[in-house]
Amino acid sequence: MSSFNILLDPKTSPTFPIAARAALGDTQLRKNVRHATEVIQNKRARVVGEMPDWQQLRETGKQIRQHTMAHLDFYLEEFERNCTRAGGKVHWARDGEEAKRIATQLVKEHVSPDSPEVIKIKSMTTEEIHLNLALEAAGIRVYETDLAELIIQLGHDQPSHIVVPALHKNRQQIREIFQREMNLPALGEKPQDLADAARRFLREKFLRVDTAVSGANFLIAETGSVTIVESEGNGRMCLTLPDTLITIAGIDKVLPRFVDLEVMLQLLPRSATGERMNPYNSIWTGVRPGDGPRNFHVILMDNARTEVLADAEGRQTLNCIRCGACQNACPVYRQTGGHAYGSVYAGPIGAILTPQLQQLHHAQTLPYASSLCGACYEVCPVKINIPEVLIHLRNKVVKQKGPLNPEAIAMKTMGAIFRSERRFRAAQRLGRIAETPLVRKDGSGEGWIGWLPGLLGGWTQVRDLREMPKETFRDWWEKRSSHGR
Amino acid sequence: MAAEPNNSPARTEILRRIRAANGAPAEGTSASRQWNAIERDYRRSATLSHEQILDLLEDRLRDYDAQVVRAAEHEIAPAISRMLQGRGLSRILLPPGIDPAWLPQGFDFVVDPGTSAADLDPFQGVLTASTCAIALTGSIILQNVPGQGRRAASLIPDYHLCIVRVEDVVETVPEAFARLRNTETVPTTFFAGPSATADIEMTRIKGVHGPRFLDIILVG
Repeated sequence: MSSFNILLDPKTSPTFPIAARAALGDTQLRKNVRHATEVIQNKRARVVGEMPDWQQLRETGKQIRQHTMAHLDFYLEEFERNCTRAGGKVHWARDGEEAKRIATQLVKEHVSPDSPEVIKIKSMTTEEIHLNLALEAAGIRVYETDLAELIIQLGHDQPSHIVVPALHKNRQQIREIFQREMNLPALGEKPQDLADAARRFLREKFLRVDTAVSGANFLIAETGSVTIVESEGNGRMCLTLPDTLITIAGIDKVLPRFVDLEVMLQLLPRSATGERMNPYNSIWTGVRPGDGPRNFHVILMDNARTEVLADAEGRQTLNCIRCGACQNACPVYRQTGGHAYGSVYAGPIGAILTPQLQQLHHAQTLPYASSLCGACYEVCPVKINIPEVLIHLRNKVVKQKGPLNPEAIAMKTMGAIFRSERRFRAAQRLGRIAETPLVRKDGSGEGWIGWLPGLLGGWTQVRDLREMPKETFRDWWEKRSSHGR
Repeated sequence: MAAEPNNSPARTEILRRIRAANGAPAEGTSASRQWNAIERDYRRSATLSHEQILDLLEDRLRDYDAQVVRAAEHEIAPAISRMLQGRGLSRILLPPGIDPAWLPQGFDFVVDPGTSAADLDPFQGVLTASTCAIALTGSIILQNVPGQGRRAASLIPDYHLCIVRVEDVVETVPEAFARLRNTETVPTTFFAGPSATADIEMTRIKGVHGPRFLDIILVG
């Protein structure tokens, strides 16, 4: 499969049905996605199954997140106060542009002007605002250090999953990228060979580059601490070795108290990677002399999160802790992979997050990229009712399209017909007459419709429709009553 | 300096938007009351005997390919000696504050000079104590305290030998958080096995950037 070179931006991406059609034709992609999602789902099911208190943890997780959102201004101010007291600097960004501007300026103040470079920890928030492009445009070289992000960066590709962003690539494809980009023609294709190559490639950068950029899994209001969970140790390298650390976090990432982590650190790893605990969790508070960076900045970014907060039904989306379990469980995502969603947030959570974080009119098809089967709700560690939000967003899409779009007109007409018995009977008679030229009889005399015109054709493209019965239930009932009495 | 003062227009605007969305500003007393009302019906205490908890921890650690041995207090030095000999390592980094009675003869132990991280790269391994271990998840918690040191020390060398005291082993995650109470702002690292990745075809590969080899001595 060729690399996915187009930026994952809902403003410019093709709509989901069009992008999905292309993805469905890529058998290698589908094979890779199917394999990866199956492995994670099975691991998740195993480690969730061994927790007798899983449902209680989910309920507490949900209540903590709801409580946080209801007091978000209080907890953000508390975080700022405590982080500042510990030697951190807190910045606020209304949108992605402002966050990028602050980050770029901070990097420029700290890096050496001769070789401006930063090392970076995987962060969906920085992917959301395409931070790397802004840094590169300012002449700053960015090294992604998470293995999957490195694969994406060196392959000029785009992330397709929240937790395992390169899950659409198999080992042969990764080897080709590393052979080419790291100049290692003899590189083997065993996963261990590939990981070793990444270790050698990045170690020198960890020890040399003195500015790092990260996201955050959680901010703790009570202490002003920041938490990052990871597997490889690249996160620890970036958090610990450079002189300057710049953390970009959505305002939704805050937790009230330190002890709330005991819930999130049980829910997140089991849901995300099917592990009992992440190989590494780092918790740090401001600046610690002799241990870690001397300059620490946190950028608190809104970027439409407050608009989501203002929507009574949509706001539960902000409870998301970015585990990706809904992606692995989704029958649609498992067929198309992540790129078809046209956003760095793919799958069920992407289908509700993207239309709300980006303007809805750029992502009108995403709320429909679901069969509403509810698998996402079932696996969500903080019980976000994704199907409910999807339906809510579908309503908004229909309203946004205005009263003259075909779907709205059709629904209005149906409403008028169903409200009046006279109109309903007339419509049934009319239907039987109108369908006559379309009905074909099969061997046993049953009538079938294999083609419908216009918009209705979508239905008959992949299935046949039975002809309408000669006698309706109403007719039969009336006849029966008049004969029987 | 790009740092905006605390009354930056962005800060004011974001807080205004949040308050508008929530209908009113939040305040501390009611936040505290409502936080206390959050239901916490999950497990917060041990269900196993202490011996079962230690067995569970050993089992989890072995699952991560760590070697685990048990030793009494006076057996620590010989246990360390055997572990390092078995691994063929001699040049070992120590955080400040390691008990000298632990250190066997015949190895090149060097106390972390606190200089640049690149100076730690030549060490073959590091020996640290630990704050706490969680049996259920196979996690060990390190903090920047004497005997455990700065975070880079337990990260850069390729081998980590960690001393865990049996009285510091708990069964569940919440019990560990209870023990971290009052030291929340000390830099804290949980590790579960050697560094790992599953980014290539979801195959767990041991050892990417952190220490690739891990041994544990359970003391007591």
